[in-house]
Amino acid sequence: MARVVVDVMLKPEILDPQGQAVQRALPRLGFEGITDVRQGKRFELELDGPADEAALARIREAAETFLANTVIEDFTVRVES
Amino acid sequence: MSTPAKPPLDTVAHATGTPEQPQPWAELGLKEDEYTRIREILGRRPTGAELAMYSVMWSEHCSYKSSKVHLKQFGEKAPHSDAMLVGIGENAGVVDIGEGWAVTFKVESHNHPSYVEPYQGAATGVGGIVRDILAMGARPVAVMDSLRFGAADHPDTKRVLPGVVAGIGGYGNCLGLPNIGGETVFDPCYQGNPLVNALCIGVMRHEDIHLAKAAGSGNKVILYGARTGGDGIGGASILASETFDDAKPSKRPSVQVGDPFQEKLLIECTLEIFRENLVTGIQDFGAAGLSCATSELASNGSGGMRVDLDDVPLRDSTLTPEEILMSESQERMCAVVEPDKVDRFLAICEKWDVIATVIGEVTDGDRLEIYYHGEQIVDVPPRSVAHDGPTLNRPLARPGWQDELQADTPDRLERPASAELTRLTLLQLVGSPDQGDKSWITDQYDRYVLGNTVLASPEDSGMIRIDEASGLGVALSLDGNGRYAKLDPYTGAQLALAESYRNVAATGAKPLAVTDCLNFGSPEDPAVMWQFSEACRGLADACQVLGTPVTGGNVSLYNQTGDTAINPTPVVGVLGVIDDVERRTPVAFRTEGSLVYLLGDTRDEFGGSAWAQLAHGHLGGLPPQVDLERERLLAEVLIAGSRDGMIDSAHDLSAGGLAQALVESCLGGGIGARVVVPDTIAAFTFLFSESAGRAIVSVPRSEEVRFTDMCRARSLPAARIGVVDGDALDIQGQFAVSLEELREASASAVKF
Repeated sequence: MARVVVDVMLKPEILDPQGQAVQRALPRLGFEGITDVRQGKRFELELDGPADEAALARIREAAETFLANTVIEDFTVRVES
Repeated sequence: MSTPAKPPLDTVAHATGTPEQPQPWAELGLKEDEYTRIREILGRRPTGAELAMYSVMWSEHCSYKSSKVHLKQFGEKAPHSDAMLVGIGENAGVVDIGEGWAVTFKVESHNHPSYVEPYQGAATGVGGIVRDILAMGARPVAVMDSLRFGAADHPDTKRVLPGVVAGIGGYGNCLGLPNIGGETVFDPCYQGNPLVNALCIGVMRHEDIHLAKAAGSGNKVILYGARTGGDGIGGASILASETFDDAKPSKRPSVQVGDPFQEKLLIECTLEIFRENLVTGIQDFGAAGLSCATSELASNGSGGMRVDLDDVPLRDSTLTPEEILMSESQERMCAVVEPDKVDRFLAICEKWDVIATVIGEVTDGDRLEIYYHGEQIVDVPPRSVAHDGPTLNRPLARPGWQDELQADTPDRLERPASAELTRLTLLQLVGSPDQGDKSWITDQYDRYVLGNTVLASPEDSGMIRIDEASGLGVALSLDGNGRYAKLDPYTGAQLALAESYRNVAATGAKPLAVTDCLNFGSPEDPAVMWQFSEACRGLADACQVLGTPVTGGNVSLYNQTGDTAINPTPVVGVLGVIDDVERRTPVAFRTEGSLVYLLGDTRDEFGGSAWAQLAHGHLGGLPPQVDLERERLLAEVLIAGSRDGMIDSAHDLSAGGLAQALVESCLGGGIGARVVVPDTIAAFTFLFSESAGRAIVSVPRSEEVRFTDMCRARSLPAARIGVVDGDALDIQGQFAVSLEELREASASAVKF
């Protein structure tokens, strides 16, 4: 049993309206000193077996084709212990 | 490719001193003679920034270089119309609809971006056309879209269509604009190149019309809206990689991401600025971004303008000056403001949380000068960038296969041999993706927000109320048929106009003006150029007869996959006015016992028909004949019928013929009809032929004499073909289909 985390973020050059909205709200709520906010998504995938190379390869494929829109998003895959 | 040290900024002085430095003009899409001409205009080699500007402004997309020799006809042949307040050439044309009101409307394509990234591509398509309308000083009040995808059962359609629909819905719904109509068509020719044509309509008072110009030395140039990022400048990265080392994020995205909430702020902010009369000129940022906005504003004014790029608010500080000039970041506008009004302008922007920055001013001279880090990087005559781009007379040739295609008439196709087979044909048609119920799509759009929508999909036209007191309203329809246009581009374009015109008249509105989106393949292919020239000629000729001038629109070329062009697809939008929207005519049958009349003549016309495609996968022969005088007459009768309360419902006949129209009128009202096939015509032809210039109306018995007298007096053929009744579509002596069965077939056609 293992947990694999896939983090999906908009590519750095792509406009992130949600992140911007959060950034604009922060100082209004008294949270100063934050110059930029980018918002992404995190997927936690529970495996029924070990997180071996084969399993990770499948997850990368899932991330590439389904979890992330690679035209505008990047993703990272990591095993959570 | 990689240069270790950062080379000096390519200033005007530097360019003058290094005439031999090689430049990536070919990579930027310029032809050799175009590059030579730029050098002649400037008397030296262009700087990197100038090259960026010229390359993008002289591209097909911005300069219309292949199309403008043909588009000229829309002006030259334009029928005189008292309703035209602003003609073709501005951001969008403006039409007088009476009572001091004016509307502006335009359709524009966002085809390629919608294929690469369907959601954002379609969303920014809506955003772009809305800003076009806004720049005329009008409040955007409704949108519409014409969509074309590959085969409905193709796996890639399942990627593209839901994304496009969600993008249009997402952006439009967030803006609070109703989506009142349009069309969705499927054909394998659009598999690798879907068409997303978005239309917006805006409303203003006559006195509020604003035109983009930058007269008045000393006036300030203000950039307002979103920050500038590296959006949509895939092309400019070539310049960037030439100028800088490869360590920076050189791979710029071609995808632009829209932010509808920013656009909503921009709309309210801009309208308030207009209300206080604070601007002398205004321009939206479309393709080519700052390059386009500054050169067009300057060249529409006296010519001189100075801009400081360091003052442009950036989202990404690594952008090069070339990239800043070419960026297509969304939700930005540019205004020219008299100095004493600048403070008030900025205050309004601040109120709406819109970033606004003075980036330059109008000067006495006739040069557009752009500075970066204190150095001059652009010094050009703005007209040469914005308006005096190349004009091409591309070779055109009627394709060799055209005769063969037209000779392959549908006469050889096997028609249903029995009543039962005809019934199955009807069910197949009703359940096809092209003809079936599109609610899966239109339910994702807010159709009634703002509270002025009186007709929306699946009506023949969208209709909105403009004036609450008087009931004044406008109707809009957007139609095209690439299959007809492939068979004969001249007639096909006229058929698109005729259908749109008929759709508007069917609701009771008087057609006034036209906008068009011309989607074609590569202009470098003489066959495509021939299709394009024929379609333009057809459309301009037909507008002349119908008295409806083209007020503006858009050309989209290079729509092809490999060497295979899409079917030539002119999409035509017609705007009509109705004195009182209470008088509108819906599609649906309403009253049992009303009489069904078929208006117009039915011929045996199956070339390019829905039946030929569906039953036989056939495309050949000639499209239906066009009789524009008949279309005019039919429209007059439909409008008079609506105004004088003689008809309960009206529905135009187009793809799928009478059968399809009957089904839609029945399903719309939840009432059946009994229909009699006249002796003079075969049942199959009667039901499925696609002859133009026809409509069905339902007439209350009390109005029958008045209605038929009117048709007779105006010599419009009107045949009583049945009566509204029961819960089935009963083609007497042939077959009957229950509404339940029809509804089931139709409802399952479009689901993703």
